[in-house]
Order: sequence, then structure tokens, then C-alpha cells
Amino acid sequence: MFRKLLPIVEHAVKGPVWDCQMCGQCVLHSTGMTCPMTCPKTLRNGPCGGVRTDGNCEVKPEMRCVWVKANHRAETMPLLPKSWREEVGHLRPPVNNQLKGDSSWLNLMNGKDSETPEGWQVSH
Amino acid sequence: MSDFEALLTSRERPIVTAEFPSMDGGDLATVEQALTHYRGFVDAVNITDNPAAHAHASNVSMAIAVKQLGIEPIMQVVCRDKNRIAAQADVVGASMHGVTTFCALTGDDVTAGDEPEARRVFDIDGPQLISIMSGLSRGTYLSGRELKHKKELLIGAVENPFAPPADVRIRRARMKVDAGARFLQLQIGYEPDVLESFIEGCRGNGVTERAAVMPTVILTKTAGALRFMDSNVPGIHVPQSVINRIADAENPAEESFQLVREQAEHALALAGVAGIHITDFRHDGSLERLVRELSIGPVSVETAARSA
Repeated sequence: MFRKLLPIVEHAVKGPVWDCQMCGQCVLHSTGMTCPMTCPKTLRNGPCGGVRTDGNCEVKPEMRCVWVKANHRAETMPLLPKSWREEVGHLRPPVNNQLKGDSSWLNLMNGKDSETPEGWQVSH
Repeated sequence: MSDFEALLTSRERPIVTAEFPSMDGGDLATVEQALTHYRGFVDAVNITDNPAAHAHASNVSMAIAVKQLGIEPIMQVVCRDKNRIAAQADVVGASMHGVTTFCALTGDDVTAGDEPEARRVFDIDGPQLISIMSGLSRGTYLSGRELKHKKELLIGAVENPFAPPADVRIRRARMKVDAGARFLQLQIGYEPDVLESFIEGCRGNGVTERAAVMPTVILTKTAGALRFMDSNVPGIHVPQSVINRIADAENPAEESFQLVREQAEHALALAGVAGIHITDFRHDGSLERLVRELSIGPVSVETAARSA
């Protein structure tokens, strides 16, 4: 019951505020509280090279690039801890598509959101 | 180690790479014919992966063909059309035919192409793909499963210094180098001061030392070509003053060449730049003329031998 209810509550909270896409492995803290899953290319490590000179999206010209926003907010948003601000430049692993629709709160508590495939190595 | 990799390491002379045209059928003879414009003038050619989201003969097939014909292919892999399983399969498959140089890109969106109704994949992104390729080079798939026959790969990436935000581009270049990129081909740009700041930033964070950074120049003939790129190619901006320069010239084709020559000279003079990448939309011998006039790439060795 709890497992079924939690994603509904999470979406009710994060949907209206961050346009949460329920990827189940939230990285908002490291992206200046900007959801990377709202990028049309769903990039976890943007911005891509298609950003327009006005800072808007290659795919949706009327929309501010999600990653331009994320980097700006990571720098300027008040009250963000320093470690969160720095994390914007870290390489995030590929999305685990099995977690889509799950509560990221639950996956944070049980550590599932930080599990990566065995062959994933951050620095080479 | 391939000759290209040795050159990236030694950087004994300016490196020249070029964009190889995509193909829509034909056979090995068709590829060989196209290669005559590049053979002897470039150190490697980029084999694109459905550029600008238009379907063409596959990157794997073209890379194998070019390798068989004796030129080093840089096989691009983009994240738009294939998921992580297919991308890894392509890299491992191509490596079985001697293709060992790869370039990882996020890729233009499907809406840039002629089939905008297609489903976009982007299961992974450019920086993640570099890291995954580095894993393959170490002998493991992303899952951790071992490759039975490991082959070392030379991995590169791209970056666009001319797209905002400028400081993030420098950091992103570093992220790609940390993930395993040993060369970085840059998007074309027409603002020399922006390129200078980017290269300066990349010198400061160690990118130019750890990876061969190569700005791009594009050989065109008319102001219309520049206008087209400005309006239609994602991530490319051509200032009006540059378009006017070509439009108002007595001989726009020659003026276009001189513009590219200036861009190339400017880029190569920047400390930390290892070479240039050339895209040739003219196909009139301008690529050969450019590398000969600047004495860069393989022809610089010829020139040196002649004058010795």
C-alpha cells in the first residue's frame, strides 16, 4: 500500500513545482532544482551543442534550455548547499529505466537510485 | 597504436581531419572515388552517424569501407537513434574490422531531419557514451560483462564553444576528457574571440594537454550557404557581418575561401590547438588548396621533405 501510495504523493508534490517526470532516481539537488527529464533529449549531462544563442532549446525554440537553467540556478539559487552546487558539473550515470514510475524518495532511502551497472566507471 | 593515435600523442605537426560525405547506396568503388578528395590531405575522416537526423548508409558500414581502403576512419556514434545496447554492439562490431577510433556525440534531435515524426532514443547522452566506450576499451560492457577479445579504442568527442553558456562549455569539455576523450572536435563558429576564450579555458583546466582540441572550419562558396547554416543547422550561428562579407564580395567563392583560411590560421595559432577539422561543401579542390597553403596535415611532411 505504502509503495503504491508514495509515488502518487511524490508526483502530487514534485509535478506542479518541477514538472517531475517520475524517473525514480531524482537528481534535482545536483541540477539547481531543474528536472533534466524535461529536456526533450532527456539529457542527464547537458547542455547539448544545439542550444540557441539566446539560451533557448534546439528542439523547442520557445523554451529556455533546461541545462542553461540548471547551471544558472546551481550557481545562483539561494540556500543550496555548496556540495549540491558543485555536483552540477559531475558526470551522472545513465538512467535506470527500470525505476521509472517509482518513488525516488523510496529509492533514495533504499539506495537503489545510486546503484550503477558494474561496468560504469566515472573517471578514466 | 594507429598512426593517427601516434600523431595525437606526439602532436609533431598540425593534425587535419575532415568530414567524409554520407552516402546513400553504391559500393566500395563509390567510397573509393569519394576518398580521392581526401587521400594524402587528411590524417583521418569522420564517418558520420545519420547527420542532421537524416538516414544514410550506416556509420558502421562506411567506417569499415574507409578502413579497408586505407584511410583512418573516426566512427561517430550518436545517441539519438540507438540505445546503449545497440551503441555498444556497433562499436564492438566495427572494432572487429579494424575500426578503433570513435567519436561520441549526443546528436541533433530528430526534428532537425526529414523524418521528424521518428521516435528519439537518447537512452544515454554524449558524456555517458564516452565513458561506456572507455569501458569497452578496458574490456567490459556497461553491464560489467567481459569482452572475450579486448581491443583498445581511441575515443574522442565534440563540443560547441559557441553555444551558451560559455563557462559550462569549458567544464563540459573537461567532463568529456575525464570520461576518456582523447580528442575534441569543435563545432564551427564565426566569432574568433569566443573560440579564444574557450581555448584559454581549456588550457587552464588541462583539456588541451590531455586531448587534441581541433576547431572546425567549413568550406562553402556562397553567402546563401552561410545563411542556410545559420537558419537550419542546430548550434551554428553565423553573424550577419560575415554573411555580408561574402554577399558583397566581387568573387564570393574566393572570398569564402579566404574567410576559411583566416579562420584556420587563427585557430592554429592559438596555443593548445592541435589541428583543425574541415568540412568541405565545395568539392572543388579547396580542401587540398587549404592544407597545401597552410602546410598542415600529411602535406606538411611533404613540404618539409622538399625543403630539406
